[in-house]
Amino acid sequence: MSAQPESYVTPDGRTIGGVMMEMKNITLRFGGVVAIKDISFDIREGEIRAIIGPNGAGKSSMLNIISGFYVPQEGEVWFNGARRAPLRPYEVAGQGIARTFQNIALFEGMSVLDNIMTGRLTHMKSGLFSQALWYGKAAREEHENREVVEKIIDFLEIQNIRKTPVGRLPYGLKKRVELGRALAAEPKLLLLDEPMAGMNVEEKEDMSRFILDVNDEYGTTIALIEHDMGVVMDLSDRVVVMDYGKKIGDGPPEEVRTSQAVIDAYLGVSHD
Amino acid sequence: MTKSVDPLGGASSIPALLRRNAKLYAGKPAYREKEFGIWQSWTWADAEREIEGLALGLLDMGINEGDHVAVIGRNRPALYWAMVSVQMAGGVPVPLYQDAVAEEMTYVLEHCGARFVIAGDQEQVDKVLEVQDRVGGIEQTLYLDPRGMRKYGSEGLTSLADVRAKGAAAGVETRAELARREGGLDYNSTCVMLYTSGTTGKPKGVVLSNRNIIETSKNSAEFDHLRAGDEVLAYLPMAWVGDFIFSIGQAFWTGFCVNCPESAETMMTDLREIGPTYYFAPPRVFETQLTHVMIRMEDAGRFKKWMFHKCMALAKRVGPDILDGRPVGALDRLKYRLGEVLIYGPLKNTLGFSRVRVGYTAGEAIGPEIFDFYRSLGINLKQLYGQTEASVFITQQKDNEVRPDTVGTPTPGVELKIAENGEVFYRSPGVFERYYKNDESTADTKDAEGWVATGDAGFIEEGSGHLRIIDRAKDVGKMADGRLFAPKYVENKLKFFPNILEAVVFGADRDRCVAFINIDLTAVGNWAERNNIAYASYQELAGHPQVLETIQSHVEEVNASVAQDEMLSGCQVHRFLVLHKELDADDGELTRTRKVRRRLVEEKYADLVTGLYDGSDTVSTETEVTYEDGRKGSIKARLEMRDAAVVSDQRMAAE
Repeated sequence: MSAQPESYVTPDGRTIGGVMMEMKNITLRFGGVVAIKDISFDIREGEIRAIIGPNGAGKSSMLNIISGFYVPQEGEVWFNGARRAPLRPYEVAGQGIARTFQNIALFEGMSVLDNIMTGRLTHMKSGLFSQALWYGKAAREEHENREVVEKIIDFLEIQNIRKTPVGRLPYGLKKRVELGRALAAEPKLLLLDEPMAGMNVEEKEDMSRFILDVNDEYGTTIALIEHDMGVVMDLSDRVVVMDYGKKIGDGPPEEVRTSQAVIDAYLGVSHD
Repeated sequence: MTKSVDPLGGASSIPALLRRNAKLYAGKPAYREKEFGIWQSWTWADAEREIEGLALGLLDMGINEGDHVAVIGRNRPALYWAMVSVQMAGGVPVPLYQDAVAEEMTYVLEHCGARFVIAGDQEQVDKVLEVQDRVGGIEQTLYLDPRGMRKYGSEGLTSLADVRAKGAAAGVETRAELARREGGLDYNSTCVMLYTSGTTGKPKGVVLSNRNIIETSKNSAEFDHLRAGDEVLAYLPMAWVGDFIFSIGQAFWTGFCVNCPESAETMMTDLREIGPTYYFAPPRVFETQLTHVMIRMEDAGRFKKWMFHKCMALAKRVGPDILDGRPVGALDRLKYRLGEVLIYGPLKNTLGFSRVRVGYTAGEAIGPEIFDFYRSLGINLKQLYGQTEASVFITQQKDNEVRPDTVGTPTPGVELKIAENGEVFYRSPGVFERYYKNDESTADTKDAEGWVATGDAGFIEEGSGHLRIIDRAKDVGKMADGRLFAPKYVENKLKFFPNILEAVVFGADRDRCVAFINIDLTAVGNWAERNNIAYASYQELAGHPQVLETIQSHVEEVNASVAQDEMLSGCQVHRFLVLHKELDADDGELTRTRKVRRRLVEEKYADLVTGLYDGSDTVSTETEVTYEDGRKGSIKARLEMRDAAVVSDQRMAAE
């Protein structure tokens, strides 16, 4: 099926493993509207996989299918070597997938630290009673989780805003906090929905650095949607190109860049 | 000086003091660093273990006696240990400014001929790798924080943790060799080499011996009754002599605890958490803090504002007297105590000054209002005067003898004399050994009897014996008509306004003075916000007519004040402009310790100086700027030249 070997090493020294997630002939409809039509692709362990395409191409819908939020009408989602059944919302986080949102979805009134702590929710096992009384397991768990969160704060270099309410932060930092919250779940697969949207060049450079570092230091597999082509080409190992719900390209950035179908989609050729 | 004097019973080197402290204060914290949100601490016994381990590791890597080892990074315990371990292993630590761009590092690394470089993190390692080809000589770069360097080749790169591990596993022979080298250290051995930032010319490597550092630390610590229970916050550049004296010299002498902030951005929070008892900051830090307090008070409710101003007025009137133990009426004392509960206490707590017993500022003149503000709160803020060549201390203010306009009396052990031309000379146990590989400059600065020229002009006040500094000796000049020109005097007066960050006054050999002004973005930006003035950049705000109006009123106020002084009335500023960019160390306009390089600024902006003198209303200019990462760009601007009213001069310049 896949022409590539079971695992290989990239020129910059990262090891890309076997297939982690596979989308087979996915079709998603909203009523009569076909958002995604018969798309197949895979995500390999340890890689940075980009999904690009013009507005309305169905990228965000695709991300929602990967996360398990949408269930496609047709097709199969394979994750960690097994076909995934439709998930309940609380099961989504439990499977090891975390995400950030295109429009930041943080708790504005809570501090940066608390926001990132919420990402640890799935790792807290103590019961309601013990948590309310701050007794035994709950206290120990909180310490362990705080340690993980502090490492992330250090990693993202946001020590100085640890106690600042998120609502007071500029946009670029909010994005970073959101990434922190996603990382706090210690995901195997991290989904980033337009992580650079609305950022200036410097913020984009910082964010790119963090994405590469997450992939490198934590070994997290990353799937991201992005509009900035320069960023996509620099960051990703492989790119899926979508247009009007269809897949029109799939491969390494340099290959996709020269593909006629992709150029047409971006420069605008009439769709019949 | 033929025989090494050893008055300390064996503790005649920094490593020897370490051994002493590890016995005396074994379980007492020596270093703290905030990491992962928690203050981690190391006792003196831990510090000894770490430093010895690193020293053994360095021996294992082949460090030779007398080797210079460069150390670059932000203040972290491990880097302080590295510096001491270098000395223990017989080498000489050479701390460098961590914000220096690669180009600036080249000269120093080449000059000192370092084989080993100890770098704090990836940023510093990158700079070393960048210059390595040009400098040659560098064999190994040791790094502390491995973040981001996973893909770097291992050739010539070693982590400090590995060095430490090698040290722990060191055999008997290496240990014996370390003991031999450490035992060979005495009062005359070199303790550290520090490069002076230099407002002119290339940096010079100042060689300081154990005698210099230990004697100075001992004298100054006794002067201020520093003790083992004191706490300092180490946040100033490690390459600066002051940090070496505070965080190593005095810390090792008295055994107090050195606290390192989590990052430069968290410094203020960390300051509050630690609540140091002994604190140093350049005037600029105090200015910034005061500006922040005032800005936040502007946003406070009416009742709070009223209470604040009422209490501060009282503090201004009686605070300094209470601090100095002078008589104050009982009612005022009672009111001051109430103020302490309501305002001063909480404010000091917010600023992190609740526990400050001894506070110092130096490096530049501090505005009298700023100085008095802190003293009126009951913070024992004092001034000192010093130099790298003196191991910092030349003069200090005694408790109860503190004034904003002097720098105090000589530190114990220091002799002062004033030359005929007004230049200040000193002689002390702290006087540096020599400039490294620069005998000519050594001879120029230090005479055969050990007197050192400070380069500053000043005088000793009759009666009090306090030293007053007027200006850099070489900056004091004459105007075309022979009147005295002392630019710093005027600049300091200008800089005392919160809106003005920096000022450069020109006028040597001219018929009148003109000035460049840098606005303070925090203060002026806040004002703009409150007045609904929109601006997109520093440049736009700096050129705003209302801002120019405000600055003009400041300049005119300064002129009125300068005119009071008969000797210096010629220094009034006739015309000025507000610069379109902040003077920046990355562009070489300031030194790394943020002092203006006057000549360079005058040359670089020659077109603007000409514009100020030839009477043009506006001048268009293009300026090259260097970004933090060393890339270059340029900004264009059209600057407005403004006239300022002067007092009782031949002609009124305004209109």
